[in-house]
Amino acid sequence: MRQSLTLRIGPATFRIGSAWPAPIAELARLYAAYPQPIDAIADFTVRLQPTSLVRRFIRPSIFITGDHGLADAAPMSLSHGLLAAEMGMNLQMALGWRRHLLLHASSVEKDGRVLVMTGESGSGKSTLAALLGERGWRFMGDEFALLDLDSGAILPFPRLVSLKNRAIDVVAGEVGEARMGPLLAATAKGDIRHMVPRRDAVARMGKGAMPALLLFPRFGHAADMRAVRQAEIFMRLTQASTNYVALGEPGFAALTRFVQHVPARAIDFPTGEEAIAMVERLWEERT
Amino acid sequence: MSAALLVRTLRDPASVAGLDASGWNGLIAAARAERLIGTLAFRLADVAVPPAVMPILSDARADAAREARQALWEADRAAQALGALGVRVVLLKGTAYAAAGLKAGQGRFIGDLDILVPVEAMAAVEQALIAAGWEWVKDDPYDDAYYRQWMHELPPMIHATRDRMIDVHHTILPLTARQTPDAAAMIADAVPLGDGLYVLSSEDRVVHAVAHMLADGDLQGGLRNLWDIHHLLADTDPDIVIARAARHGLLPHVQQARRLAAALYSPGARLTLWDRLIRARLLARDGWGRETRKALIFAFFLRSHWLRMPPLMLARHLWTKWRKGHRPS
Repeated sequence: MRQSLTLRIGPATFRIGSAWPAPIAELARLYAAYPQPIDAIADFTVRLQPTSLVRRFIRPSIFITGDHGLADAAPMSLSHGLLAAEMGMNLQMALGWRRHLLLHASSVEKDGRVLVMTGESGSGKSTLAALLGERGWRFMGDEFALLDLDSGAILPFPRLVSLKNRAIDVVAGEVGEARMGPLLAATAKGDIRHMVPRRDAVARMGKGAMPALLLFPRFGHAADMRAVRQAEIFMRLTQASTNYVALGEPGFAALTRFVQHVPARAIDFPTGEEAIAMVERLWEERT
Repeated sequence: MSAALLVRTLRDPASVAGLDASGWNGLIAAARAERLIGTLAFRLADVAVPPAVMPILSDARADAAREARQALWEADRAAQALGALGVRVVLLKGTAYAAAGLKAGQGRFIGDLDILVPVEAMAAVEQALIAAGWEWVKDDPYDDAYYRQWMHELPPMIHATRDRMIDVHHTILPLTARQTPDAAAMIADAVPLGDGLYVLSSEDRVVHAVAHMLADGDLQGGLRNLWDIHHLLADTDPDIVIARAARHGLLPHVQQARRLAAALYSPGARLTLWDRLIRARLLARDGWGRETRKALIFAFFLRSHWLRMPPLMLARHLWTKWRKGHRPS
């Protein structure tokens, strides 16, 4: 393809090709602190290609695909090219990664232990991880937490943080414009801006740690907290994993161990500040 | 051309010794696009490869093992559902190769469960599968009627809880095709595996794989089909294959497949002009895993319809599908 970039995030290497220069230029800028090897063998190929010959030039429209793709993936406007590249990488991980159990969760680390937060899109897990990453925690990822099948450790996958709608101003105010990507207005998920993780989070992206607390956050509700039973945790995590079935018995064993050893709580919160206070308190009280 | 690199590597695994990173990226992308990554991983199991390639290949081998396990379980469930009918259930394609432990099955991608049953048992098989939890995928009355009137299989069904597809065939080519293979003879000569399941005889396996690749379809996945044929041929007596192919009306196709398999996966063969066109179609894949030679690919797409239908019927079919909003990809 005309434009391309090879990028390493956590344990995975992506070769991203694009029919247009803009998405690659934006990736190269925002991922400047990440390894961008010129000549590396990639785990996955991502392609941003025109939906048709005409759509390369006139009202350019991106079809996101690669080694793994979805035939019915919705086309995206070239102005959302950065988001398309991010989605392309996520797609490869979700459908093709086999070396760890993939949990759709954010994660942060403190004192050598990991806090894992899982929930639907809009639950606040990305925003919380981004904010904690600015307040003494190490940001490990906002989309996928990688559970090591042998050691039970959580490994980082610290790609750009994808912030949506109201979360954008909250986080941009805290980290400053220099670490923010362009505003991608009116995407399928609303307005989106990407945030570059802190330099130390990127520098330590090869280092995992053992999980110590699992939270099910839920933004937009009165502050509340409840215990979650192991059977429910297990079921929710299988639903939050894209490769649980593909991994077979090793995936079952790793997830069982995680559920049995990591304490869990569901938390509701009305604002980010209250959530952070709840998280810090639970972290101190964890058993 | 990375499809050519893929073919060279399958033929001669040691040839990867000279590959640089961009060669490996192209090889892996082409193998994934052709769904031959598992096969490639088995071919390279004893060859020295760069450290970054090792986990990619071992992931592919693990995926292939899981697919085989799932496919055999589906076959077991179908045998269970159909056992009371007392008919021969013949496994086809990937599931058959895995069940019979054939070399063609090593690392092979396995999609749906394909079975062949006697045409007179179709209604009973359909009822038994529905009773056991399979349901229809297509809810379009035209598609359903089309399958039942003209195709060699029932409309595809999917199992409600296991989410796996089954294709129930009563012969190996659409009823509209020019050739009329003798399905009853294939079933009569099938080899038992136990539990009421069968696989085709080694010669009929070749005939079926060839019919699927060269007398039907648009050569999507052709490199994989030809790889199957290459290994299936090795298990056969050449004279019996010729006799069998002639009986099913597919001798020219089998001869052509033999030439193509020899040209791509063995030291070589003399190819006709028509063989060369097919080879050009098979190798139309670049180092990013994209299809190239779009006009040629489209021509083979048109040909696949031409093979299946006489002109008037084709016109009516395309008109109906067009009005329903279907467009070739």
